[in-house]
Amino acid sequence: MSGDTVYIGCGAGFAGDRFDAAGPVVRTLARRDGPRYLIFEVLAERTLAIAQRLRREDPEAGYSPFLDDYVRPVLADCVANRIRIVSNFGAANPLGAARRIQAIAAELGIENLKVGVVEGDDLLGIMSADEVRALPTVEGLPLAGVDLVAANAYLGARPVAAALALGADVVAVGRCTDVALTLGPLIHEFGWAEDDWDRLAAGTVAGHLLECGAQVTGSYFADPGYKDVPALARVGFPIGEIGRDGSVVITKAEDTGGMVSERTVKEQILYEVHDPSAYLTPDVVLDLTGVEVRQVGPDRVAVIGAAGHPRPPTLKATVSLDGGWLGEAEMSYAGPNALARAELAVEVLRERFATLGVNSPVRYDIIGVMSTFDGDGAPLRKAAAPSPDGDYRVRVAVRSLDRKVAERVTNEVLALYCCGPAGGGGQRQSITSQIQTASVLVDRDRVRPRVALA
Amino acid sequence: MSASPASGEEMVRVRLHEVAHARTGDKGNRLNVSLFPYDPQAWPLLAEQVTEARVLERYRHRGASAVRRHDLPRLPGFNFVIDDVLEGGVNGSLNLDGHGKSLSFLLLTLEVEVPARLALHPDRTVGQASVEK
Repeated sequence: MSGDTVYIGCGAGFAGDRFDAAGPVVRTLARRDGPRYLIFEVLAERTLAIAQRLRREDPEAGYSPFLDDYVRPVLADCVANRIRIVSNFGAANPLGAARRIQAIAAELGIENLKVGVVEGDDLLGIMSADEVRALPTVEGLPLAGVDLVAANAYLGARPVAAALALGADVVAVGRCTDVALTLGPLIHEFGWAEDDWDRLAAGTVAGHLLECGAQVTGSYFADPGYKDVPALARVGFPIGEIGRDGSVVITKAEDTGGMVSERTVKEQILYEVHDPSAYLTPDVVLDLTGVEVRQVGPDRVAVIGAAGHPRPPTLKATVSLDGGWLGEAEMSYAGPNALARAELAVEVLRERFATLGVNSPVRYDIIGVMSTFDGDGAPLRKAAAPSPDGDYRVRVAVRSLDRKVAERVTNEVLALYCCGPAGGGGQRQSITSQIQTASVLVDRDRVRPRVALA
Repeated sequence: MSASPASGEEMVRVRLHEVAHARTGDKGNRLNVSLFPYDPQAWPLLAEQVTEARVLERYRHRGASAVRRHDLPRLPGFNFVIDDVLEGGVNGSLNLDGHGKSLSFLLLTLEVEVPARLALHPDRTVGQASVEK
């Protein structure tokens, strides 16, 4: 019976995910009968902090810079097929996102589009910076005496459901849990009560599996010869089929590559999970210890056994601080005796940074020996016995609150062209602004989500 | 699930990569690495051999200070939570891979001893890897 299963497809799993992934998801959803949703998860901690800065410079800005890229290609098809869109692309300005979506709709000739907005995640809108600094920190740097770029609480699924109850075709949220993009529609469709812990847990598992896009359909998974994935370049994005009783089946868009198997689902179930018996969300504490997966058809995996416990009294909030600058630069050495030339380049750089008074910690890698797994002091590289000949790439990295320090370091790698060992080539460098974050807990009664149609 | 191999069965020493798959996720300066045997029968053997102490040792050069293993016998799998391994986390690390996305494959370099029949999972398409007896 239609209405007893809700179909939720994911069109993006992080800020910058493929812009054309949602198309096959929408075409598949259009062939289904029942409530259907398309979610985009596009808001990293860093993304939100940058968005807050942009909004301060321009009150209309501060929503996802990729809003147009994600929404424009699918909006008309979603409206024509009654597929509702839910996303955190509101970022620091859900109302601005709503106005932009209305403008896109007008350009596409779509009439009477209802866009819902969920606001109220911005802690600096309801308390002073000093009050935020005094909140208990559960992760990250101490906040005493630092300037805050942003402070946002993770809202849960209830305000998303409330926006849908107002009739929104599109819901623009700022900071909410990634799971809320899925759980909100399920609460709206099924009317799950606030203490229906096991069903909320099932919806949370579904949301957790969908929120990272293709990570559940064969991406971040393929390991040739060990875990083969068909047509990875055309990987299809996931669709969840969630029943009123809390049944969950994960599948994917039709006519795409990738795969949904017990293995792909198992890996994603524990992704970014710490204690599997207590995954905290604003809506429910999820217990994954009894979860099992079953292949129930081609590219169809059922997930059973999620249990829920009462939600915590506090919400998690992310506080963003100025992280200064990250400078990185690289230079390659190849062919006979390349390793010795790369090592000499590292020695030259060390001495130059001492001469120039660079006091910030600098990391030196030789890519091709051991870099990704290594620690900052290169213990693995020192223990390795690499070939003297080869294709080696020197990399240095530095962080500093002072951009000039980052420039001094990267410029020295550039100078290796004329002042370094023989045959150095392929220099690249970048300097990027950084955000540091900390997680704090805030009493849930302090945070009052606001829901409206824009 | 039987924890012990049949007596007299041939045992081989292989990298974990031959018998299990893994994925990492990061939150701040804390990493989780999930681990799943290709063959569920290997779970008890991995539970015996892939201990918190061995995992801590494998990540210590990255600054790891503590490892907690959560057992999920019904998936079946394990979840390792490793503290302080990301050298400040994605927003503070100088490592190329500040997220630690690649670090699941560091866990898969640990060696384990398993019955020969479990050393090659059935779906594998590569030839027999180097197996030390």
